Amino acid sequence: MIDQADIISTVEFNHTGELLATGDKGGRVVIFQREPESKNEPYNQGEYNVYSTFQSHEPEFDYLKSLEIEEKINKIKWLPQQNAAHSLLSTNDKTIKLWKITERDKRPEGYNLKDEEGKLKDLSTVTSLQVPVLKPMDLMVEVTPRRIFANGHTYHVNSISVNSDCETYMSADDLRINLWHLAITDRSFNIVDIKPANMEDLTEVITASEFHPHHCNLFVYSSSKGSLRLCDMRASALCDKHSKLYEEPEDPSNRSFFSEIISSVSDVKFSHSGRYMLTRDYLTVKVWDLNMETKPVETYQVHDYLRSKLCSLYENDCIFDKFECAWNGSDSVIMTGAYNNFFRMFDRNTKRDVTLEASRESSKPRAILKPRRVCVGGKRRKDDISVDSLDFTKKILHTAWHPTENIIAIAATNNLYIFQDKVNSEMH
Amino acid sequence: MLRGRRRMECTLDAQSLISISLRKIHSSRTQRGGIKLHKNLLVSYVLRNARQLYLSERYAELYRRQQHYPDGAPLLAMPACPPPAAAPPELAVLPLPADTQDREARSCAVVRGGAELLEVPVCAAPPELQRAPCRDSSPGFYRATGSAGPGGGSSNSAAPGLLYAAGCDFGSGGAPHCSSRTTVLDLDTHVVTTVENGYLHQDCCSQCPCCCQPAPGLASPPPTPGTKRKYYPGQEEEEEGVEEGEPGGGGVAGGPPFAPCTKRARFEEYSAEHPQDSSNISNLISIFGSGFTGLVSRQQADSEQPLNGQLCSKQALASLGAWTRAIVAF
Repeated sequence: MIDQADIISTVEFNHTGELLATGDKGGRVVIFQREPESKNEPYNQGEYNVYSTFQSHEPEFDYLKSLEIEEKINKIKWLPQQNAAHSLLSTNDKTIKLWKITERDKRPEGYNLKDEEGKLKDLSTVTSLQVPVLKPMDLMVEVTPRRIFANGHTYHVNSISVNSDCETYMSADDLRINLWHLAITDRSFNIVDIKPANMEDLTEVITASEFHPHHCNLFVYSSSKGSLRLCDMRASALCDKHSKLYEEPEDPSNRSFFSEIISSVSDVKFSHSGRYMLTRDYLTVKVWDLNMETKPVETYQVHDYLRSKLCSLYENDCIFDKFECAWNGSDSVIMTGAYNNFFRMFDRNTKRDVTLEASRESSKPRAILKPRRVCVGGKRRKDDISVDSLDFTKKILHTAWHPTENIIAIAATNNLYIFQDKVNSEMH
Repeated sequence: MLRGRRRMECTLDAQSLISISLRKIHSSRTQRGGIKLHKNLLVSYVLRNARQLYLSERYAELYRRQQHYPDGAPLLAMPACPPPAAAPPELAVLPLPADTQDREARSCAVVRGGAELLEVPVCAAPPELQRAPCRDSSPGFYRATGSAGPGGGSSNSAAPGLLYAAGCDFGSGGAPHCSSRTTVLDLDTHVVTTVENGYLHQDCCSQCPCCCQPAPGLASPPPTPGTKRKYYPGQEEEEEGVEEGEPGGGGVAGGPPFAPCTKRARFEEYSAEHPQDSSNISNLISIFGSGFTGLVSRQQADSEQPLNGQLCSKQALASLGAWTRAIVAF
């Protein structure tokens, strides 16, 4: 049985790809660091090892509202590195924390007044003075909470995003988005508020949000109705009125009881270029051009064979799973997770796609991943998996792609898989 | 919604979907981390969709029956609905797939007074949902009751197969079931309000163009459909404390006392403007949420089927009184 606390709930590379952070349901953060490539041990080049582990959030209880606040880490976002230290933001449902990660690999030795253990020396034994020197020590990674951004959200925080200005960041819950300054914890600005005056009129909630990678005044947020709203903070203080609304009309022939659920956007990501946005809903990933609001420029079916199974997926709650999506460094390939520990990649240029599996059985270290196929009746090839034998408890919700190289991190329940494309390390 | 050959199957699916959804909403209240607004909103969409289909199927069925008896004879000699308190047979005999609709019609239809009315317990929906199926799926039905529209009163109730959204809790023999108390907490302002409200038969009737005749036992006839309600003089002040209160009963001058709400007027206007607007979703969350809770507590005596989804959904659809609204405290 898997301990629920070990289930990975978020994965994020830092801006150089040297560090990879994961958060889990138990409120812990584990940071992996990539080993520098060395000529001596070519097989170890580029592997990720544990760098630091710390408890980010603890379970809390809001006595006023009689609500338990889960410690699960919903999102981690790295700050761009500005000095020797690394910083990241981690958030649970209510509170965002800024952590500083520093290394200590030297320690001072030779104090005059204290001995090695730090106890005060008997002054009569001190006959001469010495200057303390720094001696190397085993690397110690220290993580300290530098800021705690609390009490900003009534509803559950679903995303955070650091602005390209490196000074501000935003946090979004179901109904509101707040803008914070990284150095100020006692106040934040509300920039989006979609809470209706009468909660009975509620029709949609915010599901994800992100700042534009280059334009510090632009951000996007997605809704449970499947729409995206691009907002410009220069237009007004409160960005309730969007600058652009990206929405694709629903195909009436696909209408079902669950149309609203499967059209809810679970993740939105700007491309590295800033020209496109990637969205994930239950059955598809879509690429949107910022300049075209009427429909996505590309739509990829992730697992359309589930369309006829929506009823049972509703019963077992799988239909509410929130899958994430990711761009590769050159924005030519997009990736997203699915069930049975499968994840999918779509090459936007060649229009080819592949299904791969993240599991111990199917992948030995340094073995090449074998493409998988789900058969939907009709001819069944060897090694195909039939739709009915898919394991819906094995879901890949969280994936991340290295910012520049073909290295991906896949979270499969409580396991983290890191795959590298050695042959094609360069992006193309 | 889902039309075509498998109408009956779709209707059944609608029922089980409603049960499942109610169960989800109920269990979400005890989940760690508090109620998830997003998930509940999506569940309420499924509820709405299933309910729309279910209601449209019901009205289509009733319309078909009406077509069979054009001469105004009593449609069916229906036995009165036994009160739920007595472990009602219609509940004990859970609807089996094959005869779901017949059984329900049989058990819950009542012949009232001199008017040959077929009351069906399907209009427990908020008015805009009631009107939608009326208009869309059963045009004849709508026409038939049109004569009993504004100004119709009771005289036209003899129209053949007159159907209207009675939505009474038949268990109490026609007297409207109402008034339950809900405590509401607005998470943003931390205002706690206790609301006494009920969803009276006459509220339902006055909002639905299909309605004409109040059930006997009510103190006063409902206002004619389409007209705004009148409020008690002191009503505004009473409502100040209600942040997200419930448009429980409307204020009918001289009507039985129940907690009025200023929001009712807005609700009416809103319904009039957006008859098919699906935006009362959290409305539904509330309705089903509190209704389900009420149902669960009522059923606790029946230990064999404490949370039988089908049972609950039947009652949910049948019992108008359970449609008190509680804001889900997020």
